[in-house]
Amino acid sequence: MMNYSKIVLKHFRNPHNLGKIAKPDGVGEVGNMACGDVMRLYIKVKDDKIEDIKFETYGCAAAIATSSAVTDMAKGKTLDEVLKLDYEQVIKDLGGLPPIKVHCSLLAIDALGEAIYEYLVKNKREIPEDLEIKHQKILTRGRH
Amino acid sequence: MIVVVMSTRRIYMDYAATTPIDPLVVRMMLPYFSEKFGNTASLHQEGSEAGIALERSRKIIAKILGAKETEVYFTSSATESNNTVIKGITWANKEKGKHIIISATEHDCVMESAKWMEKQGFEVTKLPVDENGLVKIEELKKAIKKETILVSVIHANNEVGTINNIEEIGKICREAGVYFHTDASQSFGKIPIDVAKMKIDLLTASSHKIYGPKGAAILYIREGVKIEALLHGGGHEGGMRSATVNVPAIVGMAKAAEICNNEMAEESARLMQLRDKMIQNILKNIEGTRLNGDPVKRLPNNVNISFENVEGESILMMLDQEGVAVSTGSACSSRTLEPSHVLTAMGLEAKVAHGSIRFSLGRWTTEKEVNYVLEILPKIILKLRQISPFKTKI
Repeated sequence: MMNYSKIVLKHFRNPHNLGKIAKPDGVGEVGNMACGDVMRLYIKVKDDKIEDIKFETYGCAAAIATSSAVTDMAKGKTLDEVLKLDYEQVIKDLGGLPPIKVHCSLLAIDALGEAIYEYLVKNKREIPEDLEIKHQKILTRGRH
Repeated sequence: MIVVVMSTRRIYMDYAATTPIDPLVVRMMLPYFSEKFGNTASLHQEGSEAGIALERSRKIIAKILGAKETEVYFTSSATESNNTVIKGITWANKEKGKHIIISATEHDCVMESAKWMEKQGFEVTKLPVDENGLVKIEELKKAIKKETILVSVIHANNEVGTINNIEEIGKICREAGVYFHTDASQSFGKIPIDVAKMKIDLLTASSHKIYGPKGAAILYIREGVKIEALLHGGGHEGGMRSATVNVPAIVGMAKAAEICNNEMAEESARLMQLRDKMIQNILKNIEGTRLNGDPVKRLPNNVNISFENVEGESILMMLDQEGVAVSTGSACSSRTLEPSHVLTAMGLEAKVAHGSIRFSLGRWTTEKEVNYVLEILPKIILKLRQISPFKTKI
């Protein structure tokens, strides 16, 4: 039995911001095939805001729904605002997640952070300390 | 967007998980709730009425298995029967040796019982299986030693439906003087079983997998086998299983077994035809698919397919939304977040195991239902592949 909220199922059935961005300003990929979820997130940045965002996810219904919800939350926001998003907010917006699926929401937040990290590196911008620590953690955990 | 009208009627394709009770079985059970409610251990008329029903049920099951009535014990579940075997045989035979052999594709209740025995100082050998899930007979011969007291090999696997060569395994064990147990939870009522011919010493079978109620199962124990009980108390079931006997459930199980046995040839031919139609259609019409389990030595009702680059739980949830109930071996669906031990023992990579779906058919599965699933499945897989970052080559 997997008790998903109506909002989770809605995102799952019709995910928002699905697909690729042709020339992205940043791409974040987290998760691995052995664990059963991989998330790839593409961003386009203009005037320090997320102008466009798209995702591709291999994973369970919760992984797909959280990807969709996180892209919704990030779209149009400034990079600073986006970096402040946390998984608890994602879970709240989704009307809750089964406890065993909480890690899926972390994955989506991590993918977003990684995409912004790549954008900042490419543009030779300063990397906030928190983001650097998160990035190093993701690398040592084997992208998961 | 999948343009299929959400059906209000559900299509149940998870008969290997559990089955609805046959209405004829329910009818047989009903008097034993309020009219003939006696305790089989009581000496009065109510008690003997219940006792007669219990013994009649035992007789039916014994006949189907080719066993003596005194060799059939009723329990509450296949989990209880399997626990009784693993713990009861080791306890009663530890003077002979402390080694048991199980296959790598046993049900969790055998795997976990064996793991617990390891903690108690017993040695457990897990027999490898081939890529179709069949226990390697040569490995069994090599694994048996003088300290071996028990071999437990599942008859038909619950996930992939592969049917082990029980007769040959039984012969090897009998010749080696080692007790042989088989968990027949998935095979009993679906394919023929003869405990004498197959040289089985102990056998587990369940009621709720064969259109009987939950809460009843059996343990066949061949006469003379040394075993200790799990439950001690009032001495029910010849002292093998103390606890007030669940008469309605047992009466139901016997009736369910009788129906399955009478209809076996016809029903398995019907299901095999539906099974093969599903397998052939999916493999032909959907790219990047593979059949898991043995194509021939396979339960008549099992279809297990891996879909490349999509994750099983998401397929399951998508099918569920479209009214179809199935199960998956994916990690995301399990409590432990590990992919199925059965599929990994068969050598499947984690990513292939993650994309596996089991469709298990049954008594009320119709060709129309199969057609509906075959119609919506390619669309669901396509949709999930569009979401996935990994693209299937066409």
